[in-house]
Amino acid sequence: MMRTIRIGSGAGYSGDRIEPALELAEKGDIQYLVFECLGERTVALAQQARTKNPELGYDPLLEERMHAVLPLCAAKRIKIVTNMGAANPEAAARKTAEIAKSLGLPPLKVAAIIGDDVLDACKKGDYPFLEFDGTIKKLGNRLLSANAYLGARPMAEALFQGADVVITGRASDPALFLAPMLHAFDWPMDDWNLLGQGTVAGHLLECAGQITGGYFSDPGYKDIPDLARLGFPIGEVGKDGSLAITKVAGSGGAVTAQTCREQLLYEVHDPQKYFQPDVVADFSKVRIEEIAKDRVRVSGGRGSRRTDTLKVSVGYLDSFIGEGQISYAGPGALARGRLALEIVRERLKLTGVAATELRFDLIGVDSLHGPQVSDRAGEPYEVRIRVAGRTESLREATRIGNEVETLYTNGPAGGGGAWKSARDVVAIASVLLPRELAKPEVRFVEV
Amino acid sequence: MKLREIAHSRTGDKGNTSNISVIAYDAKHYPLLVEQLTAERVKSHFAGVVEGDVVRYELPNIDALNFVMTNTLGGGVTRSLALDAHGKSLSSALLDLEITMPSNVRQSGD
Repeated sequence: MMRTIRIGSGAGYSGDRIEPALELAEKGDIQYLVFECLGERTVALAQQARTKNPELGYDPLLEERMHAVLPLCAAKRIKIVTNMGAANPEAAARKTAEIAKSLGLPPLKVAAIIGDDVLDACKKGDYPFLEFDGTIKKLGNRLLSANAYLGARPMAEALFQGADVVITGRASDPALFLAPMLHAFDWPMDDWNLLGQGTVAGHLLECAGQITGGYFSDPGYKDIPDLARLGFPIGEVGKDGSLAITKVAGSGGAVTAQTCREQLLYEVHDPQKYFQPDVVADFSKVRIEEIAKDRVRVSGGRGSRRTDTLKVSVGYLDSFIGEGQISYAGPGALARGRLALEIVRERLKLTGVAATELRFDLIGVDSLHGPQVSDRAGEPYEVRIRVAGRTESLREATRIGNEVETLYTNGPAGGGGAWKSARDVVAIASVLLPRELAKPEVRFVEV
Repeated sequence: MKLREIAHSRTGDKGNTSNISVIAYDAKHYPLLVEQLTAERVKSHFAGVVEGDVVRYELPNIDALNFVMTNTLGGGVTRSLALDAHGKSLSSALLDLEITMPSNVRQSGD
C-alpha cells in the first residue's frame, strides 16, 4: 500500500483550460487526476439535454478533455476521477471508453456512478427548501431535476474494483478527491478527523487554479507570475492525512500561504461546520505553512460524525430574464446614460411590460455594488447602461431588451453598441433528504 | 489607511449567501481586524447590497476573519438579475474600508 499519493486537479469548472491537466499528467508525477466540472445548475441543464437525446446530458467538454489526457494517463496508469457525467454518467462512460478505443489504447476499465438522481424519491415526500419558504410539491410541473450530493465511497469502490476512469454525476466536490485517498489508504469511514483533513485537501484542490494564483492577482499588492500559463495544483497526501499543496515546477502561478488561506475560506460559512456527505469537516484549527517555493503544508483539519441527510440540488424553471445594454462616451456620457435609463424605465411602464423585478445599472459606475457603495465613483469617459428584468414569459422578457435597443433612434445622443437577450432561468434550490433514499451504484461499461 | 494595505480578501457564493474572507498579510495586524472589522461595520459598508444579516467568524490560526452575508445575491446566484450574479467583486469593495492604525502597531512593524 502506498504511503503518499499525489493527486492533480485538472479542472476547476466545466469550461476550464484544457492543457494544465496535460501538464499535470506529463510532469506532475501524479497517480490520480481529478476533474471538477459540475456547477450548481449544470445538472439541471444537462437533464434537459438528456431528455432531448438519451445519449447526451454529460459535460460538453468531456470528449475534448478525454482526448487530451487519456493517452498519457493510460501509459502512466494515472487514474481519472471526474463529475463530468453530469445528468448521464453511463453515457459519459461509454463515450470515454469509445474514445480510448479510437485512440488505440489498451482496454481501460471505465466506471459510472449512478444513483445521485433522486427525483422520484423527492416527489414522494414533500421536502421544504432551505433557501426560501416552499416545498418541492409546490413547484408542480416547473420541477426539472433533483440530484443528491453523493459521498466518496461509491467512487472509491469503483477504484477498488479496478477502474481506470471513474465518472460520476452529482457528488460533493471535495469527495472527488477524498475517493482517491480512500482507495490508496483504506481510511475507515468513521475516522472523522482523517475524513475532515481529507476534505480540507479536497476543498483546497477542487477549484484548480484558484489555489495556484488564479482569482488572486492584484497588481502592486499581490503579484503572480505567468497567469497565461497557470499551473494547476497537486495535493500530496500521506496515509496519516498529512498534506502539501504544490504544482509542476516551471509552470505559471504560485502556491503560497496567502493563496492557500484564501482558498481555505472560499465558499465556507461556519468554518467549524463544513457539511459534507461523509463528514462534518472542521477548518477552524487548520494551519498553513510555506515550507519551500510553491510548496505549502496544510495540517489540522478535523471532523465530526456525518449527518443523517444528504443535500439535494433541485433544478426548476424559475422565470425568464430579459436584458438590454447600450453605451455612451465622451463629455456628458454619464448624464446621457442616466437619461437613457430613465427613458427605458418610463417606456416599460407606458407599454405595460409585466416584470416582477427590474434592475437599472450603469456599467462602469454602479453596476456591481449599487449606487450606495459606489457613490464616490468619478465621471467615467464611457458608460454602458444595462436594464434587466424578470418576467413570467419569454415574450415579455424580449420586450425589455427591445426597449433598450430602440434608444438608438429614440434616446439620447450617441448611443452605440446596443445588445439584447432573453432567456429562461433554470434555478437551483436545496432540500435535505434522508441519506438512505439515495442508492448509489457502480456500473462498468464494456468496450 | 485602507484595509487593502494590510489584508487580502476573497469572495465565495452559495445560493443567496455571500462569504468574504479578510486575511491579514502580517499576523501582527490580525488583532486590528478583530477590533475594527465588526459585523455591524461590514453590514453598513454594504448598504444596498446586503439585505440580510452579517455573521463574523474568527480564524486566529490563519489570521483571518470570515464574513457570511445572507440575502445578498439578488435572490440567488442561479436566478439573480445582477451583472455579477456571484458577487465575486464584493471582496474588492470591502478592502476599501478605512482602518485606523494605532501608533504602537506601526512602530513595532518598522
